[in-house]
Amino acid sequence: MSVVSGLTVSERHLALFVLGLLALAGLAMAVGGRGDPLAVHGFIILAVSLGLGFFVMSALFAPEPPASRLAEYYDDPIRVGIVLSLAWAVVGMFVGVWVAALLAWPELTFVDSAWASFGRLRPVHTSGVIFGFGGNALIATSLHVLQRTCRARLPDQFSPWFVLIGYNLFCIVAASGYLIGLTQSKEYAEPEWYADIWLVIVWVVYFLIYLRTLQRRKEPHIYVANWYYMAFILVVAVLHIVNNLAVPVSFGHAKSYSLFSGVQDAMTQWWYGHNAVAFFLTAGFLGMMYYYLPKRAERPIFSYRLSIISFWGITFMYMWAGAHHLHYTALPQWVQTLGMTFSIVLLVPSWASAGNALATLNGAWDRVRTDATLRFMMVAAVFYGLSTFEGSFMAIRAVNSLSHYTDWTVGHVHAGALGWVAMITFGSLYALVPWMWKQERMYSPKLIEVHFWLALAGTIVYVFAMWNSGIIQGLMWRTYNDSGTLAYSFIDSLVAMHPYYIARAFGGLLFLSGAVVCSYNVWMTIRMARIGRAAGAGTDVPLHGEADAVQAGE
Amino acid sequence: MKEFFHRKLERNAIGFVLAIVGVASIGGLVEIAPLFTIHETVETTPDMRLYTPLELAGRNIYIREGCYACHSQMIRTLRDEVERYGPYSLAVESQYDHPMLWGSKRTGPDLARLGDKYSDAWHVAHLINPRDVVPESVMPRYGWLQRNALRLDDLGEHLAAQRAVGVPYTDEMIGNAVADARGQANPDSNEAGGVTERYGEATNVRAFDGRTDVVTEMDALVAYLQVLGRLTTAAQQQTAGR
Amino acid sequence: MDIDHTSLVAFAKSWGLFYLMALAVCVLVYALWPGNRKRFDRAKKSILDKDDRPKE
Repeated sequence: MSVVSGLTVSERHLALFVLGLLALAGLAMAVGGRGDPLAVHGFIILAVSLGLGFFVMSALFAPEPPASRLAEYYDDPIRVGIVLSLAWAVVGMFVGVWVAALLAWPELTFVDSAWASFGRLRPVHTSGVIFGFGGNALIATSLHVLQRTCRARLPDQFSPWFVLIGYNLFCIVAASGYLIGLTQSKEYAEPEWYADIWLVIVWVVYFLIYLRTLQRRKEPHIYVANWYYMAFILVVAVLHIVNNLAVPVSFGHAKSYSLFSGVQDAMTQWWYGHNAVAFFLTAGFLGMMYYYLPKRAERPIFSYRLSIISFWGITFMYMWAGAHHLHYTALPQWVQTLGMTFSIVLLVPSWASAGNALATLNGAWDRVRTDATLRFMMVAAVFYGLSTFEGSFMAIRAVNSLSHYTDWTVGHVHAGALGWVAMITFGSLYALVPWMWKQERMYSPKLIEVHFWLALAGTIVYVFAMWNSGIIQGLMWRTYNDSGTLAYSFIDSLVAMHPYYIARAFGGLLFLSGAVVCSYNVWMTIRMARIGRAAGAGTDVPLHGEADAVQAGE
Repeated sequence: MKEFFHRKLERNAIGFVLAIVGVASIGGLVEIAPLFTIHETVETTPDMRLYTPLELAGRNIYIREGCYACHSQMIRTLRDEVERYGPYSLAVESQYDHPMLWGSKRTGPDLARLGDKYSDAWHVAHLINPRDVVPESVMPRYGWLQRNALRLDDLGEHLAAQRAVGVPYTDEMIGNAVADARGQANPDSNEAGGVTERYGEATNVRAFDGRTDVVTEMDALVAYLQVLGRLTTAAQQQTAGR
Repeated sequence: MDIDHTSLVAFAKSWGLFYLMALAVCVLVYALWPGNRKRFDRAKKSILDKDDRPKE
């Protein structure tokens, strides 16, 4: 309620207009896609836009928000983004644990239905954690960092909501699409053409928010965290558009065919796939690290210059590295070599970033010991250093010949995803949540401590299980016996994986429990804020603000 | 002067945006641009045939069920892979694959040379319950494939869309897509003859799932699996030549 | 297409290295330029200032 009445009257009208257009688009898809899964998505879009429409209507005639709001940052979408991010984290990680268990015990599937099978659930896990959890965290933190470092309020109140809700609509369409069998089969770019087009629109608005706020900034220099967020937004847009170029079967079909084929498609896909890791899972989260880590440690970043050098290094070099996913394949040899070389050189800017973060903490180690939030960030930087080293190592052709196609890759990805991406996110959220809900600290620092150890233990169990299984797998596939024939059948290697698959599911379960603990802690912090506000009604002003009139709708 | 330039660049957010896009694009352009002309270097194979409508539908089911997440279709140029799976994969073999399904993970074995390796009956039994034929398998069951009738009415549109992205389907192939799909799964019907006429004598025309009353999704998927690595003999010839 | 595959490949193989070095020089000059020191110092400390509301 208060969210809607915080919008100006014309923004409420604009919201209704946009939701009306969206509802029409949903209706058109539902009608045009009769007999095709496209209709299901039409109905989902229609329902979401109508539901939101009623929500906006409920406060359509509330009075204009007071002009004093312009002297504050606009944080409503950030708060909602944090909650959505954690919701996706729990869902995405739960599905991850479930599919991990299916690999250990394939008969665990409780229904003989297509939607419940491994192949359809797996992308729900990957998209759920990468786009749902990671993406929402990036949007929420970027809007926070952007306003604070520019010392300027967001340019308007409608577009951040458009981005946040539009993005989550994309995530819902993606995840529900996998369950009903809609996928382009391009890893980490599975959603079909209409979802891709929608994401482009959302992304353009996101980019414009960034640009408009930067132009309103009161600081002469753009703080480096924004550079990383900008690179994330821009390059992901380029990657997304190029890799998803496709021709739909018809406008009444969800299915489309990629414009690229064979070797060209493979190169495009892994140029995308690798750089999604680089600019979604690295650049964006480095932006997070460069703001929340110094802020939480209350120490400036060790070397600002180093952060600039590593920024351009990462921006330039990552783009070349994708070809290392295709060693020994039908891709031309020179492209493979180029990919390998740049993957190795890439270690330099990557370690510069990790080292910069750790050097910032030098002199604050006592705080790292006592403050689990800061420790999350510290461990994240360590895992960032480790997994970028591992990545460069695995890009070497000789190593890749063993590691490729095995669980080692899965282990590497999770060292990065759990150890780096999730840890820096949890650390940043634990710092951000008290600021956003105007509390001095999280509901329970003890539970942060519990979460930290669950997350660390889960990551280590997971990664070690996958290292072991991956290397055993790779070695078994290439082992010859004395007579010069292959020693093991494929199924032998699969049987050898069983204990590791159980261990992996257990590690994932630990990590999931940590995320649940985090969600509970955040939820209780929000409740604490609500109770505090109810108790002190009438004196409800920001911590450092002067007593303005009580805001409408509070 | 340098100083002035940088200060200006940074003050101007749009300049900064252009710098990021410019710097980041170089790598992609340099690596990917040459791939647009790579057809000049890909060996030509006169015997390369296209997927039949039924096989294409099967390929779409393979994509729909996420098979690519656990099975690769790319045999690398390594001795053990060639000995385990067969001749290594050539670029030309996936030239009509929109998208490619090379895969990135082998939770199950590579499938690039799966065609003709097992009988149709084996595939059907394996897809209904993998553990009936491979007790240690961790593959999911795909029982619904046998129950679901294949959607046939839009196959012509699928072929037309494939042509739009560069696969040389003829008007005749597009026009007869539905009949060809039915014919390929029912060798006794009078629609069966057109399939081999349009797609070559080597095309498998069989009741893949063992029944001819209805074309099921099982028919389509097995038809696709049986043609993997069999669209051209280029790879086998290349290996024999060495 | 007028440009043939070999010339594209040749371009890709040679100019990539040039870009790498040119960019490295530009970035290093920018980062280490003495005149920029003050700005960077301010930037890295400014985020630690109180930031509870936008600047007027």
